[in-house]
Amino acid sequence: MSAIAPPVGTPLAAAASARRLRLIGLAVIIVAACVLPFVVSNYRTFQFTLVLVYAIALLGLNILTGYNGQISLGHGAFYAIGAYVAAIMMDRMGMPYWATVPVAGGLCLVVGFLFGLPALRLEGHYLALATFALGVTMPQLLKNKYVEHWTGGVQGIVIVKPDAPFGLKLSPDQWLYLFTLAITVVMFVIGWNLIRGRVGRALVAIRDQPIAASAMGIDTALYKSLAFGVSAMYTGVAGALGAIAIQFVAPDSFGVGLSISLLTGIVIGGLASIPGAFFGALFIQFIPNIADQISKAAPWAIYGIFLIGFMFLMPMGINGAIRLGWARMRHRHSKPAQREGG
Amino acid sequence: MDTFVHQVLAGLATGGIYASVALALVMIHQATHLLNFAQGEMAMFSTYIAWALINAGVPYWAAFFLTIGFAFVLGLAIQHFVMRNIRSTSVLQLVIVFIGLLVIFNSVAGWLFTYTIKVFPSPFPKESLFGQKYLSSHELGAIGVTLVVLTLLWAFFRFTELGLAMRAAAQNPTSSRLVGIRVAWMLALGWGLAAAIGAIAGMMVAPIVYLDPNMMAGILLYAFAAALIGGIDSPGGAVVGGLLVGVLENVLGAYVVGNELKLGVALVLIIGVLLVKPSGLFGSVQVTRV
Amino acid sequence: MNVPAAMNKPLLDVVDLHAGYGLTRVLHGISFALAEGSITTLLGANGAGKTTTLRALCAMIRPQGQVTFDGQRIDARATEDIVRLGIAHVPEGRGTFVHLSTEENLRLGAYVRKDRAAVEQDFDRVYGYFPRLAERRHQQAGTLSGGEQQMLAVSRALMLRPRLLLLDEPSFGLAPLIVGELFAILRAINERERVSILLVEQNAAMALDLADHAYLIETGRVVLSGTSHDVKRNDAVRASYLGY
Repeated sequence: MSAIAPPVGTPLAAAASARRLRLIGLAVIIVAACVLPFVVSNYRTFQFTLVLVYAIALLGLNILTGYNGQISLGHGAFYAIGAYVAAIMMDRMGMPYWATVPVAGGLCLVVGFLFGLPALRLEGHYLALATFALGVTMPQLLKNKYVEHWTGGVQGIVIVKPDAPFGLKLSPDQWLYLFTLAITVVMFVIGWNLIRGRVGRALVAIRDQPIAASAMGIDTALYKSLAFGVSAMYTGVAGALGAIAIQFVAPDSFGVGLSISLLTGIVIGGLASIPGAFFGALFIQFIPNIADQISKAAPWAIYGIFLIGFMFLMPMGINGAIRLGWARMRHRHSKPAQREGG
Repeated sequence: MDTFVHQVLAGLATGGIYASVALALVMIHQATHLLNFAQGEMAMFSTYIAWALINAGVPYWAAFFLTIGFAFVLGLAIQHFVMRNIRSTSVLQLVIVFIGLLVIFNSVAGWLFTYTIKVFPSPFPKESLFGQKYLSSHELGAIGVTLVVLTLLWAFFRFTELGLAMRAAAQNPTSSRLVGIRVAWMLALGWGLAAAIGAIAGMMVAPIVYLDPNMMAGILLYAFAAALIGGIDSPGGAVVGGLLVGVLENVLGAYVVGNELKLGVALVLIIGVLLVKPSGLFGSVQVTRV
Repeated sequence: MNVPAAMNKPLLDVVDLHAGYGLTRVLHGISFALAEGSITTLLGANGAGKTTTLRALCAMIRPQGQVTFDGQRIDARATEDIVRLGIAHVPEGRGTFVHLSTEENLRLGAYVRKDRAAVEQDFDRVYGYFPRLAERRHQQAGTLSGGEQQMLAVSRALMLRPRLLLLDEPSFGLAPLIVGELFAILRAINERERVSILLVEQNAAMALDLADHAYLIETGRVVLSGTSHDVKRNDAVRASYLGY
C-alpha cells in the first residue's frame, strides 16, 4: 500500500474500495456487453438490442418522473415520434439510419420542451391525466387521414435493417447491437453527469420541495420544462433505435400500453436510479416473452401485480433493494474492521 | 339538417354514458382527491360478469342487478384491501397503484373471457320507438336508464341520512368523526357506488360498441373530459359535462375532424380545460396553502 | 394533582395524560377530573396544551395515559366510538360542514342517535336556544357569520344529547357581547339539561365566571386547580391571566 492510501479498516478506505469495486464491475459489464453479440444467436442479439433501447427510454422517463417527480403516462408518444422520424427519414426520404438518431433526439427535445411548458401548470394527478390522454390518443393521431401520407396510416412503414459499414464481417443484428450499445454508453454518460451534478440536484429539489427550491433561486419553470425536453429526447432516441431494430412502425404498437410498460420499467428497476434503467429494461423485454407462453393476457397481469406489489413491498425497485442489501452487507462487514481500528 | 339532429341526439345518448362514468370519477375524487384511472376497466370487467351470467342463462334484468351488486362489492373490496393500505401519500405511488389496477382488470378480463369481441344484448326492443328515426330504442333506453340512475343517486344523497353522512365524510372527515360517522366505511361505500354506476354505464354502452377488454379505454377519456369540464368536484357538473362531451364528440367527429380523430377531441378538451379553467364550469377553485 | 374535593365518581377522570404531534410532545402528564353536572374550565396561554388535551380525549390524536368516562376506559377507543358514549366536541375553528346547510349540519349532530321523534324535537329545542339559526336553517353554513357558526357548532353538539360537552375556545374571534350571550346559554344548558361541560378558554375572566372548577395548564402540565372562586383570587393567576 502506498503511504498516502487511507489506513485499512477506516470508513474512507471502505468507500474507496467500494468505488474501486464498482468501477471494476462496470468494466466487466461493458466488456461482457461488447462480447455478447459474438457468443449468442442473432435473435438473442436482437433482443438485447431492444434491452438497450428500452434502457435509454427508461433513463429518459426516470429523469422526468423519478428524479423530477413529473408523472408521465404518455411517454410512449415520444417513443412513437422518434420511431416515426426514423421510419419516415429512412423510407420516405432515403436518409441513412445513423442520421435518424440525432434528428429524432432533437425533434423530441423540442416537442418535449414545448409540452413541458403547459405541463408546468399541471400537478400530480392532473399531469398524469393529461399525459394519459396523450398516450391513449397517440395511435389515432398517427393513423388519421391528414398524416396518412407520411405515416402510412394503419399499415405503418417497413424499414430495411442496415448492413454493417466498411464491409465489416458482422451480421446486421450484430452491427445494430454495437451501434446501439455505443449510443447507449454515450447517453448514459451524459445522463450520469447531468444527474450527479447541479442539474440533478436541482431536479430532485424541485421534486421534493418545490417552494423551497424556488425560494433558493432555482428557476423551477425552466428546469421542469427542460426535464421534459431532455426526457423526451432520450425516449425519442430510443424510439428511433427501436424502429430500426424492429424494422417496422405501426400506430397500434404505440398506444397507452407502451407508456404503461415504460412506467412499469422504471418502477421495477427503481425510480430515480440509473442502473435501474437496465433492470427495468430487462424486465419489460423478457417477461412478456416468457409470460406470453402462458396466455396472451399474462404479461399484463404480471405488470399489474408487480406495479401494485412493488408499491407495497419494494417502492425503491430492484435497484433500491440491491443498494439496501449492499449497505447491510457492508455494515456487517465493516464492523470487525472498525473495532480493530479503535 | 337531419343528420345533424341525429348526431346531436346520438351524442346525448352516449353523453349519458359518459355522464355516468364521469359521475363515478367525481364521487371518488370528492372523497379522496384521487383520479381513479381504473374506473373504466372496473366497469368493463363488471360488464363481462353480466355477459357471463346472461350466457349462463340468467335473464337480462336479473343479470343486470346481480352485476350491479357484484360491482358494488368489487368497489368496496378495492377500497378496503388496496386503497386503505397504501401508507404513502406520494402522488406518483398512488397513480402507479391505479395503473396497476387498470392493467390487472384488463388482463384478467382478457384471460377469463379471451380477446374475441362479443355481442352484448340490449334489453330494449329492436324496432325504434315512437316510429322516429333519430335514436335507436337502445339509445333511447340508455338515456332513460342514465336518467333513472342519476335521479336515484341525487335523491339518495339529498334525502337520506346515509347520503348526508357520505357527503359530510367526503367534505370534512375530521368533523365527520366528531359526529360519529365512520369515515372509512363511507369511503368504502363511495367506491362501491362508483363501481356500480360504472357497471351500469358499461352494460349500456356494450351493445353499441361490442364487448372487448379495451372497450372502455376511450370512454374513460371522454368521461375524464366530462368530469373536468363540469368541475371535478361537482356531480351535477359531471352530468352536464357528459352530455356536452357526447354531443361535441359526435358533431366534431362528423363535421370537423373525422371519425378516426374523435379521441383527439377528448385529448384537446382535457388539456384545454386543465390549462384554461381547471375548476370547470361548476367547480370551486382549489387553493393550495403554502 | 388536586382533584376537587368530595368527587366520589367523576364523570370524566384523566390520569397522567401524555400526547403530542409526531415527535413533538405537548402534554407531559395531565391529570384532572370532572364531576357530572359541573362546568370545568381548562385555562392557559397559547401553546400550553389545552386544545391538545381535548383532541386527546376524543382520540383525534393518540393519547397515552388513562382516560375514564363514566367508569369506562376510552383512551384506546376511536373517535367515532367515543362520540357514541355521549361526548360531543366543539372543535377549535368550529368544524362546520361549510358546504352543507345549517339544518344538515344539525342533523349530522344527531347522526348516531336512534330516537327519530326525539331528534325532531331537539331541532325545536336548539332553535329555541339560538333563534338566529332557525332563520338561516336552509342557508349554506359556510355563509354564516362567525358568531352564527359558533352557535351552529354548539347546537350541532347539543343534537347528540351529550352527557359531556367539550368546547375548544368558543369565544375565539367573537365580539364580547356575543360571547356573553353564548356563555349564558351554556349555563342554561348545563342547569336545565345536566350537560357537563369542559371548557377550554384563553379568555380566563369569562371562563372563570362561567365555570365551577378550573385547572391551569402551563407547558403541558396542570400547575393549579381549584374552584373557580379560588382560582380567580389566586395572585399569580390574577397577574398573568386576569390582568389585575
